[in-house]
Parts: sequence; structure tokens; C-alpha cells
Amino acid sequence: MTSSGGSSHIGSVFSIADILAVLYGSILDVDPENPKWLSRDRFILSKGHAGAGVYAALAESGFFTTKKLSTHYQDGSDLSGHVSHLGIPGVEFSTGSLGHGLPVATGMALAAKLNEAAHRVFTLMSDGECDEGSNWEAVLFAAHHSLDNLVAIIDYNKIQSLAPVSETLGLEPLKDKWTSFGWTVMEVDGHDHERLLDCLSRVPFREGTPNCVIAYTTKGKGVSFMENSVLWHYRTARGEEFDAAMRELEES
Amino acid sequence: MRDAFMETLTALAARDENIFFITADLGFGVVEPFAKRFPKQFLNVGVAEQNMTGVATGLALEGRTVFTYSIGNFPTLRCLEQIRNDACYHNANVKIVASGGGFSYGALGMSHHATEDLGVLRALPGVTIVAPGTAWEAGKATAALAAEQGVGYLRLDKTAAADSAGGIFSLGKARRLREGGDLTLLCAGGILAEALAAAGELKDNGIDCRVLSVHTLKPLDVSEVIGAAVETGGMITVEEGNIYGGLGSAVAEVCMEAGVKPGFFKRMAINDVYSSIVGSQGFLRSRYSLDSEAIVREVFKHAGIAAGPAETDKVRTDSGEAGV
Repeated sequence: MTSSGGSSHIGSVFSIADILAVLYGSILDVDPENPKWLSRDRFILSKGHAGAGVYAALAESGFFTTKKLSTHYQDGSDLSGHVSHLGIPGVEFSTGSLGHGLPVATGMALAAKLNEAAHRVFTLMSDGECDEGSNWEAVLFAAHHSLDNLVAIIDYNKIQSLAPVSETLGLEPLKDKWTSFGWTVMEVDGHDHERLLDCLSRVPFREGTPNCVIAYTTKGKGVSFMENSVLWHYRTARGEEFDAAMRELEES
Repeated sequence: MRDAFMETLTALAARDENIFFITADLGFGVVEPFAKRFPKQFLNVGVAEQNMTGVATGLALEGRTVFTYSIGNFPTLRCLEQIRNDACYHNANVKIVASGGGFSYGALGMSHHATEDLGVLRALPGVTIVAPGTAWEAGKATAALAAEQGVGYLRLDKTAAADSAGGIFSLGKARRLREGGDLTLLCAGGILAEALAAAGELKDNGIDCRVLSVHTLKPLDVSEVIGAAVETGGMITVEEGNIYGGLGSAVAEVCMEAGVKPGFFKRMAINDVYSSIVGSQGFLRSRYSLDSEAIVREVFKHAGIAAGPAETDKVRTDSGEAGV
């Protein structure tokens, strides 16, 4: 899908593949037959550049055919590089510019509270995305309004576009930051399905506070030569690289 | 205009619990009665316009019609990408309200001069843009934007033209507030008052102006614009904003594309500068040659042309007097 499209961000997609698998496999209450079902859980991929992962998860969940995935990044396709909702059932919200998902998810969570609806709103963010100030506006807001139906998952692979997070704009102590803003934070191995399931099943972590999951992940997870490599934020696997990556993924 | 907006919004909110009003911590003395009466339909999000627009989009996608409110450039330029990506791309019912168009907050300085909002927002697909010229129009526009699906922008000026005409208000339909055949003054926003005053004075000099309140910049009332170009001796657009992208640009675009050449054409606007000079709205209009006297002067320059279509081929040079 990403190789034939010549798309990038494969490292970012592999970083969240396990999180998406657990969300769509076990956590999100969604219905592929009725994508706009009012009581569905909402999920916004805020790191829209990893949209290929959401498209794949939706196709595997039955929202549309897996065959459609081969059009990703192609001329005329509506499966854009950054996740887009138009014409794609199951995509809650379009992103691509960072720092947009959390404020919108916050609005949706507020609406659910006002409507006394039981569904939850999840958003999956990148660590580099935490640089965006708009997120911190929403972080303040969600805590002030006690939005315990809101879950922000941070894909903490510690590598951003050009360099490691720590060398770019340090986030540590990340847990303390979110905690001090009034969120209840859980830390989890973002590739351990059992622990992810356990963690995400505990929402709300504490009544009256929004939920933050810091998921420790590995960029490019599953392919040895992609793992923890800045290069694979943008690089696309082609030819021998693609074959080698597929072999590793199939073996694992 | 702001009072007319708040009155209409209050009436809408009383009828429809899905009407929601968000301010980014501005509107002292204006928003309190609404907040008190409709606590479940009101939010002050704090000084955070990006989040305001994102939250508004989230609420709108869940069924509410959300008005976001702040002053000057804060609800527009500060959160432009949220308007584009979040509200517009999702066709969400987010209605952006800026109190203080143009030089409304003239004395507060350039940060508070909303002089590029119309041009900037007009460039975004999917925004209905309204700059009412009168308080009556502001009230009607509020209701009309609420009734329409999608994103709207309502620019409220501190001063407005008097309006006794009433009648029917439709988004996208300019109002003819004065008839005349010698030329047409096309206005967006409260600066309409200057055009009407100028038209009165010009009448005393034997020149009949048609005056249009082009309250909706997008979609533009193309037939009324073309009608003015064809039926009157020339056109002057008057707006309290930068010369690029706003009303003058919009009018010129449709005329060119329709192959219609007005007898003469002049964009009266701020001539591509920021104002470091402060003052009342009236003072700054005068300073930037946008007041009624400047309009009269401009028309006099064209008087030979405006008197009749016979001399419409006269070539005119622009002295660029608006630059300061």
C-alpha cells in the first residue's frame, strides 16, 4: 500500500500499528455497517501523516474493501497521504496539519457531556505534535471542563521529523506536564497488546479528569532496519528494502 | 451592529437549544446576559482562539450551530488554519463573528485593525462572508447564517449606516439603498454610511449615485454588480480594508470575466499599508481617504464621465492618493 504509492511516513505508521489494532479490534465501539451511528466512539487520528494505518484498520474492520487500499496516494484517489474523511466511511475527522485533532476531539467530548451521551472520544497524537501550542490550549480546556470521556494517546517514539525529540524540543517530564495540567496519565508499552487493552479498558482512569495515555513506541516497529531511524519518517520501502521488510513482518 | 447581532442570537437561542455561543474571553458588557440566560449554550474558552475554533468544530459536527466570537483579527487570522482545515473542510456549522471590522478599534493600533480579514477569508472555499452595512442587516445576517449549513463569517463594524429601507434580506443578494444612473457606489460594511452621505452631497451637485450594500462578499451578487456596470456610468467600490482581495477585487473579477467594462472603475480601500497612526474610526477613514469627502472628491474626478456614457473612453490615471 505505501510502497506502491511511493508514500512516506511508514515509520510513523508502524509506530502506531499496535495501538490501532487494539483500538479497532477491542476498544472502539463502532459499526462498519453504520459508520455514522450516533452512539459510536469517536476516533481522531491527529497525526494525520500516519493515515495509511487508519485506512488499513478501517478496511480490515470492514468499513470498505481492502482492495481500495491499493489506491492510496495514487492519482485521483480519495485515500490521501494525510487522513481525509471525504468519501471514506469510518474516518471521523481529517487531519494532516498537527495540533488540530485534540481541540476538535475536545469539542466532541464536550458535546457528548452536554448530550449526556456515553460514548468516548479518542485521539491519537504524535510526540512531535506536542510542540504545537493549540494542543495545550485544549489540554487546559479539557481539564477545566472535566472531560473524562476524552482520551489522548501519545505515540511516544521519541523521534520527530528531523531528529530525536530530545534534541529538537524536549518534552520531558512529559507525564508530569500532563498530570500538572489536570489529566490522569497512564504509561504503557505501545506494542504490548495485552497491556494496551488493559490500559484503554480502564477509561475513565479517574472520574472527572481527562485521560492521557503515553504509549512508549518504536518508530518503524517490526522492521529491523527501520526501527528508531529518523530516515524512515519519510523514506518509502522499495525493491529489495520492501521485500526484506515484508519478510521480517511475516516472520514476526 | 453588535447589539443587533446579540439580540438576534438571543432570540435564536431561545427557540433552538442547538444554538451555541463561544467567546474567546472578549465581549465584556455584551455577552453576560446571554451567558446568564443560556448557561448550557454558552462558553468562554479563554484566550485561545485556535482551541475555540477546534472545539466549535467538534460541537458543530455533533449537531450544534456554533457562533465563535472575538474582536478584530483574533477569531479569523489567529486561527485561520482551524477555520480552513477543521470548520470548512468538514462543512461544519461554525459561524465566526468578529466584532470591530476595519478601523472600528482605530485607537487601539494595528493589531486591532481588521483590514485583511475579508480578502483572506474570501480565498477559502466554503465560507459565506457577510459584512453588514447596517444594524438591520447585521441582525438579519445572523439569522440567515444560522439557518444555512456550513461556515459563515460575520464582520461587525462599530458604526453602521442608518437603515429605514427594511424589506427582504437574502445572503448573496445586494441591497440597492439608493437609485441613480450616473455611477454606482458599492460598499461592504459600515462604511456604507460614508457612501450614503457622499451620495447625498453629490445629488446636490447634480450627480445621481446608485448605492449598493454588498453585504455578502461571498457568494457575490454577480447580476447586481454587472447591472451596475452596464446601467450606470461607472463604479466605485468602498471598503474599510486592504485593497487586495476584498470587495473591489471581487467586483473587478466578475466584470472582467463577464466582459463588461464599466465607464470607470475605482477601488477605494486601504492602499496596501498598515496603519501605525491611531485614531477614531472617522479620523482614520479620513486619513486614508475613505470618508464621504474622499468619495465625493473621487466622483468629481470622474464627473465628466459620470455625467453620461458618451465619454466613457476617457483614460484616467490613478494618483494613488490613498497611500499614507
